[in-house]
Amino acid sequence: MLNKIGIFLLSLAFLNIFSNLNAAETNIPNPPSSFTAQDHPWDHGEKIDLNWIHSLNHQTYVQHYSIFQSTNSDSFEFIGIVDPGVSSYTVEKLDREKAYIFKVIAVGADGIESSPVVTISAISPTREWFDGRRFPLFFITLIFCGSVVYWILRARGGDPLNIRKIAGLEAVDEAVGRATEMGQPILFIPGIQDMNEIQTIAGITVLSKVAQVAAEYDAKVEVPTSRSLVMTAARETVQASFLTAGRPESYNQDLIYYVTDEQFGYVAYVQGMMVREKPAACFYMGAFFAESLILAETGNTIGAIQVAGTAMPAQLPFFVAACDYTLIGEEFFAASAYLSGEPDQLGSLKGQDIGKVIVVIGIVIGVGLLTLGTLLGPTSSLGMTLISAADYLKSVILT
Amino acid sequence: MKRNIPLLITALGGFVLIIAYFIPATQGWGEVAAIWFDVLASIAFVLGGGNLLKIHLKNISDRKIGWAYSAVTLAAFFITLVVGLGKVGVNPNPQYPDYALSGHYREIGSPFWWLYEYAFKPLTATMFAMLAFYISSAAFRAFRAKNLEAILLLSTAFIILLGRTFAGVYLTAWFPDWMSGLKIENLTVFIMSVFNTAGNRAIMIGIALGIASTSLKVLLGVDRSYLGSGEE
Amino acid sequence: MYEFLKDLDKRWIFLLMFLSVTIPIYIIAKTGKSFPEASTVLSEAVFQSIEVLDEGDPVLLSFDFDPASEGELGPMATAFVRHCAEKKVKMYFMALWPVGPQMIDDAVAKVILSDFPDLEYGKDYVNLGFKPGNEGVIKVIVTDMRELYTTDDIGTSIDAIPMMENITSVQDFNLIINVSAGYAGTKEWVQYASTPYPDKIKIVAGCTGVQAPLLYPYIPNQLPGLLGAIKGAAEYEKLVIDKYGGNDPDPKYLEAKRRMGPQLVAHLLIIVLIILANYIYFVERRRGVSV
Repeated sequence: MLNKIGIFLLSLAFLNIFSNLNAAETNIPNPPSSFTAQDHPWDHGEKIDLNWIHSLNHQTYVQHYSIFQSTNSDSFEFIGIVDPGVSSYTVEKLDREKAYIFKVIAVGADGIESSPVVTISAISPTREWFDGRRFPLFFITLIFCGSVVYWILRARGGDPLNIRKIAGLEAVDEAVGRATEMGQPILFIPGIQDMNEIQTIAGITVLSKVAQVAAEYDAKVEVPTSRSLVMTAARETVQASFLTAGRPESYNQDLIYYVTDEQFGYVAYVQGMMVREKPAACFYMGAFFAESLILAETGNTIGAIQVAGTAMPAQLPFFVAACDYTLIGEEFFAASAYLSGEPDQLGSLKGQDIGKVIVVIGIVIGVGLLTLGTLLGPTSSLGMTLISAADYLKSVILT
Repeated sequence: MKRNIPLLITALGGFVLIIAYFIPATQGWGEVAAIWFDVLASIAFVLGGGNLLKIHLKNISDRKIGWAYSAVTLAAFFITLVVGLGKVGVNPNPQYPDYALSGHYREIGSPFWWLYEYAFKPLTATMFAMLAFYISSAAFRAFRAKNLEAILLLSTAFIILLGRTFAGVYLTAWFPDWMSGLKIENLTVFIMSVFNTAGNRAIMIGIALGIASTSLKVLLGVDRSYLGSGEE
Repeated sequence: MYEFLKDLDKRWIFLLMFLSVTIPIYIIAKTGKSFPEASTVLSEAVFQSIEVLDEGDPVLLSFDFDPASEGELGPMATAFVRHCAEKKVKMYFMALWPVGPQMIDDAVAKVILSDFPDLEYGKDYVNLGFKPGNEGVIKVIVTDMRELYTTDDIGTSIDAIPMMENITSVQDFNLIINVSAGYAGTKEWVQYASTPYPDKIKIVAGCTGVQAPLLYPYIPNQLPGLLGAIKGAAEYEKLVIDKYGGNDPDPKYLEAKRRMGPQLVAHLLIIVLIILANYIYFVERRRGVSV
């Protein structure tokens, strides 16, 4: 009896050992299959997409997939790890001139690896003629530019276009007239940035109108600039304005001069000049930074009428507090159209409104999707769909 | 011709930059255009320097009121230029002892460093510090509760001014937990992250649209004011 | 009182502001005491972003400010460098402003050379210096740093600097710390670095008070944390000192906290001025005087 029990127990022991051996052998993950490499569509020619079918035992034994690349099939370089539930990977920062081979290995617990799977042939990334990430932006740009061009053509065709009154621009004549009566100069500051800043260009366009009015009133316009290129552009502009007003002989190029690129050196000069020469009208039109309040308060101290226009949101509060009139953001960019009254320019303002419509639609859709999705909760399928749609809008369309 | 060539250059340069953004093969063109602008801006330094010299030399020769300041300006300009470009007083780099200009221009104790540390630094700090005085005078003059919007503005200003200091924290520290949302420091965070953010976003969107429209007008030659009046 | 206030020369206001700043500075300097600080969510987010780093992690510090804004940003730059030095991360300094390198020199001299003399240039920290081009620099280095940076600030070849070995672009850094006073600054870093590469580039920033409202829209996705003005600097300083400061921290690590004293008094002064201004306004309105 005891012998039979002993044999039975010994058999159990052997059976246990043997099954453990088998289990150890089946811990090895199976290799993935159907491993392919394809050029990533619509990119700069630096990405390749890898796809494979999961290992047969991936749910049990695969901890992750390791990805390797090589340009000569001899030595492979490790490039990344992918979670076990994922069967694709996009390789980036590749060279279009080189051909690549890729390898994937399923890795289990304790680093046990499957046999490697290599792509059949080498592949080079190709550069597409268009950057696919920017398709949505391209379409929005087309719609926006198209609407601007459309309304310009409509305006040329004679369609009447109305624009609301902008107090700051209505005050240009008043300010110039005041300076003429007082016999004091007009100070115009086109911001402290260079000509590559669109606000500076917008400031120069306002300068052309101010200079024209000043020429008609025979008032002096002084334009200290912070950049040499701006000085050159301002001189051309003012000279042309004086010519248009029929006063070419009154133009004095020495009144438009360069001071310094250094922000506070420039404002120190302008501040001193304002206190000494006491201009009767001050125009601040362009991109400004911390010096905005210094200029505006000094203008206030000398009793000048001040009109400011900028698209720097941080400086708008200072100008609003200290100046008589302030053109806020878009109003500043509309100044050129407003002052000239030309149909072309008014048409562009109308076309710009289409951009706002697009933005409002985007905001309403995005906010609506996210709000509804959050209210329904991510546990419901509709809620999850709405949240995913909002995420797609944000990370694909609007990126 | 005088106006057409600049218009052509503007249109060409602008559209190249737009195309370069969408078409990968042309991406390098956009970068080249940006570098050309940097080169032009650098050359413009010489133009600006020349203009500076002309204006101030004229002030000195005409003995205009305040001509002494022009003399100071020119002296400072030349001293800084010579000291900086010439690396005056800078020891050569130990790796290249035979080359006088191999030293680092910001070497501590050198005349250039001295100009930065004892002239440029205090002067710029002073100019920026003046903002504190102007803020106070602007607050006294301009912040009047003339209408409902102004009252809202002032109330918000009080909350933010107090919330960013210890005084505000101290004033509302006694609030019970269920009122913690009304503590001034929490109100400050709420105002900044909700109202301020919403307002700034709206302004930024409007500005972005204005920039896009103005840029398009300039590229298409619809707005030529920057070249002078639109009339020939 | 109305007559006195109505015609008040603004130089009296300037004098009041002068006194409201100098008297607290004097008192704090004499007594060594300043007001307590409490951290907020944003400063804690900045602190944690650096606190989770491991020893040897590469961190890019971009100092985009000048002496004019040193009052607000200098203390936070010092605190950033100290925190990074305590965490033993590898510090890579750069600047988009022409006088940024001088700000870097100041911070390095104040913190590293003085309190962390064991840190070795080229192995633990490196100064890559200033490059002109504003956002153009960011656009290039976000994919290829060596296209622009071939030497460090003092002319040593990048290839000869050991800690530059594994750095090819900004994406190789675990964190970017930006101290910004305007353009080019945090907004450009967010637009051209963290937005195109949200999974690879993480940015935290310190900025001036005027700039902070413009950066709130980027929180928390593109900008996990932000230190706004001297208040943010004081909060961050407190967090760093609580963790690493000891009982008697060096006064240079308490600069922001000290500067909160004048800020408090100045803010109270502005509130008083606004109240007085409205007193004048309402009296005039009652009397029917046009304003």
